[in-house]
Amino acid sequence: MRNPQLNKHGELIHLLSIEGLPRAVIHQLLDTAGSFLSVNDREVKKVPLLRGKSVFNLFFENSTRTRTTFEIAAKRLSADVINLDIAASSTTKGESLLDTIANLSAMHADMFVVRHSESGAPYLIAQHCAPHVHVVNAGDGRHAHPTQGLLDMYTIRHYKQDFSKLTVAIVGDIVHSRVARSDIHALTTLGVPEVRVVGPKTLVPGDLKEMGVRVCHDMAEGIRDADVIIMLRLQNERMSGAMLPSAGEFFKNYGLTQHKLALAKADAIVMHPGPINRGVEIDSSVADGRQSVILPQVTFGIAVRMAVMSTIAGNTA
Amino acid sequence: MSTLHLNAEALYSDLASGVRGLLRPDTALVGIWSGGAWLAERLQNDLKLGEHGVISSALHRDDFGSRGLTAGADHTRLPFEVEGRHILLIDDVLYTGRTVRAVINELFDFGRPASVTLAVLVDRGGRELPIHAAYSAARIAVPAAQRLSLARDEAGRFSFNIKEGD
Repeated sequence: MRNPQLNKHGELIHLLSIEGLPRAVIHQLLDTAGSFLSVNDREVKKVPLLRGKSVFNLFFENSTRTRTTFEIAAKRLSADVINLDIAASSTTKGESLLDTIANLSAMHADMFVVRHSESGAPYLIAQHCAPHVHVVNAGDGRHAHPTQGLLDMYTIRHYKQDFSKLTVAIVGDIVHSRVARSDIHALTTLGVPEVRVVGPKTLVPGDLKEMGVRVCHDMAEGIRDADVIIMLRLQNERMSGAMLPSAGEFFKNYGLTQHKLALAKADAIVMHPGPINRGVEIDSSVADGRQSVILPQVTFGIAVRMAVMSTIAGNTA
Repeated sequence: MSTLHLNAEALYSDLASGVRGLLRPDTALVGIWSGGAWLAERLQNDLKLGEHGVISSALHRDDFGSRGLTAGADHTRLPFEVEGRHILLIDDVLYTGRTVRAVINELFDFGRPASVTLAVLVDRGGRELPIHAAYSAARIAVPAAQRLSLARDEAGRFSFNIKEGD
């Protein structure tokens, strides 16, 4: 079966997951993002590529930051942006997902940016929308968060240039993290030789090895000589039962402090998808420290989302 | 691909004197990516001008809906203040005028120039917009199905390429 994100010429028409994307497509998106970064330095911070197009932000699950960056990106491309907070809308009145999409399509939507708590919801929408409509997955369940994965790759390429010699450690709550899954697919596709996932057994299951990563339950082993450390947020809202003894215990073992960071390479960068929990997964002195690139990630995220939206809008199904 | 019997090097010499006639004391040269950028680079050296700019039409093209985006297409580099400047655009081939229209929009994203003029190596007619070159080194007729573009070899010498179809 053909990858539903690509048309018959292998061009990207939806962005649903990084899994299965060819390396060349990823690099092309990152190159395009690079050219949008300089738009921010212009007197007029707007280009007309999506002029006359309507982008619907469909957030079935709350997110201020991701929705805002998608909104800024779409507006910099001159699109009209409609934000729908579906969590508090028709679905509570019993309307099905596909009925919602059919109604919004009747309002002449050109692109849906979808966040949903169910894995696969953006796929379902992509399969049922009109051929001229494009879908971007802004995070679905535990499955994927491809624009976060791409902006993480942009950040790594910006600071480290070459992927082929890197050691990247992803630390924390891997099991609940769609960011981790998207990062792992992207890093392995781009040829990173060593990807480590680090955390307690309850949050880092051993079967992750099948994704081509090294599983470490010991923090020191996990971040030793790493070039890049990606810290994940402890997702308290997704945890049920006793997965963790306490946040304090987690910080003691896996929280990134200056002391632990010293085990990584001297020029290692520290990333985090945000929002950060200071004193839970990352110490303030590291989050605000010289090796932190957490705020540049946010800036790059806008350029990456501009690249994704303009690329898919320019390709036909 | 065939080589047209157009002597690009001889035309370049004509362009250089034409451009000299269009210069004001504070004119900035801006080459249109990619052929025009090569010309502007060489003109800057030969005419001993200040640093030239490079501009790309990619973000303002009118055929984005049908052709999509070219990756990494933003070659625009304007190492000077556009506001209040006299801008002389340089391109290799002037045809429909659509690229120049897009480039003028791109230029105005950086500020309001005092004036914009255009000098080209070859004007092949076929305009679809009211765009006019203040100087062109040659006017030639090329069948609409052919694509004419400038090429540059390793020694920096210019020649013309003609491609059939698109």
